[in-house]
Amino acid sequence: MAEQITDETIEYVSILAKLKLDEKGRQKAKEDMQQMLDYVDKLNDLDTSKVEPMSHIFPLKNVFREDVVTNGDGREAMLANAPEAEDDQYVVPITIE
Amino acid sequence: MDISTMTATELGAAIKDGRTTAVEAVRQTLDAIEKKDKELHAFITVDAEGAMKSAAEVQKKIESGELTGPLAGVPIAIKDNICTKGLLTTCASHILDNFVPTYDAEVIIRLKKNGLVTVGKTNMDEFAMGSTTETSYFGPTRNPVNPAHVPGGSSGGSCAAVGSGEVSLALGSDTGGSIRQPSSYCGVTGMKPTYGVVSRYGLVAYGSSLDQIGPIARNVTDAAALLQVIAGSDSKDSTSAALKDYDFMSALKTDVSGLRIGIPSEYFGEGLEPEIGDAIRSAAEKLAKAGASVKEFHLDLIDYAIPAYYIIACAEASSNLERFDGVKYGLRAAAYDDLNDMYKKSRTEGFGPEVQRRIMLGSFVLSSGYYDAYYLKALRVKNLIRQSFSRAFADFDIILAPAAPTTAPELGKSLADPMKMYLSDIYTVSVNLCGLPGMTVPVGKDGMGLPIGMQIIGDCFSEKTVLRAAYTTERLLSEDGEGR
Repeated sequence: MAEQITDETIEYVSILAKLKLDEKGRQKAKEDMQQMLDYVDKLNDLDTSKVEPMSHIFPLKNVFREDVVTNGDGREAMLANAPEAEDDQYVVPITIE
Repeated sequence: MDISTMTATELGAAIKDGRTTAVEAVRQTLDAIEKKDKELHAFITVDAEGAMKSAAEVQKKIESGELTGPLAGVPIAIKDNICTKGLLTTCASHILDNFVPTYDAEVIIRLKKNGLVTVGKTNMDEFAMGSTTETSYFGPTRNPVNPAHVPGGSSGGSCAAVGSGEVSLALGSDTGGSIRQPSSYCGVTGMKPTYGVVSRYGLVAYGSSLDQIGPIARNVTDAAALLQVIAGSDSKDSTSAALKDYDFMSALKTDVSGLRIGIPSEYFGEGLEPEIGDAIRSAAEKLAKAGASVKEFHLDLIDYAIPAYYIIACAEASSNLERFDGVKYGLRAAAYDDLNDMYKKSRTEGFGPEVQRRIMLGSFVLSSGYYDAYYLKALRVKNLIRQSFSRAFADFDIILAPAAPTTAPELGKSLADPMKMYLSDIYTVSVNLCGLPGMTVPVGKDGMGLPIGMQIIGDCFSEKTVLRAAYTTERLLSEDGEGR
């Protein structure tokens, strides 16, 4: 039996996802997620108690290099993409009163 | 000289010989786009001015002998999730619809070094999430063979641009089939290389452990030539692999003698349109006659690939897409109460329904309390699926499969039932989960004239075996007047 999705779950997940769903959106998300969880529940047919989780196919190791700047100053071009910028800095709503 | 029916390597040779020029090639390409793209909508952005300017520079370097590669001067289209310095890169999303990258992706740097000329950025499913190119914020692309049908996705714009003859080459990306499935729908040749063969630096991330950039072309030779340009190790991508041999063109031989070919019976059962199964079996027979050994076998666990894939892909997507917050780039909502409200409103206005659906699912499977039951479970199943493919590759050099259960569906018929759309990825997602190379070659058409592709899957880093099998298939079919 798959996990049952409640209104509280959707509320909690939308906080994690940083999405602001209206009532219709929440209802739709609930239905979609329930359908998906009912479907993926079939993974529980498989006994994986002795199987390691595989995050990457190939063994990966950290790649180290000297911390040297190789690219030029892209400040102007980068700030040109900002929704709001002032004095060479990004403008955000007040975060600390 | 009319370049519209030439392959990329033919065009490259013609430019090198002085029969035409890079500038003329770009001019004709821009004309073709101007003529065809109003209906097709393969492109989000066409960079006419930039392309003409680069073509002139490239032509000078070809004449001076500085550029000598087989694709120098050839125009190319780039999927709009690959960063191009100074050129709009939207991921077909409202949230990035004004984003101009300040750097080139590694693949773009390599294209420039080899004298290829970017003519524009192609349409796609928003953030590569979809199988039809209908989730694009900018509207759908049409199938070049029949405009009432979808081109497939998510690299639908790139495949349609090549299929229509607007360009002879394009780059796509493939997270769960996004090069191989639209290549099949559009009747073009496309390859997803082994994970790590092509640098992901500058590819806007969807599922980082699954994403891979690959070539889309008119034939196998062109795909191999383009792969040879874009492949290579890159210190800017920590998952990049270093190969001993990057000479993919040398694999282009009509030779399958002794090649062990496996056909998983599970891929040819219920759910597959009979005409697709027939076309692939007929191609397999030709390969057998040419000296390959072809055997049916049982491939375990295929029913578990889609659930494992969607959990992993959505988990990675929810994490990767956290960066879109309305601060450094992209859309910011017009009105909001505070910082948190600004994040939420910007993301909700900026992301389309399919992207939001996947972010929600991904956030859920990664949340405390569900992480082990869903995310870790999926990673364990991925391990089992990899083992199943390893057993298969002990017996076979390549595996033949469909790229999709049907030929291209009609426009407007897929998005209403997302679950059905996810299930149609059955033949492609395992390749991404296991990091394998997979290539689609056209093997025929259905009763309605829509293209059918055959997927050739190899073990990790066996690109040359896959290319040789694909090249031989193409030759055998064209000798018999089939394939396209």
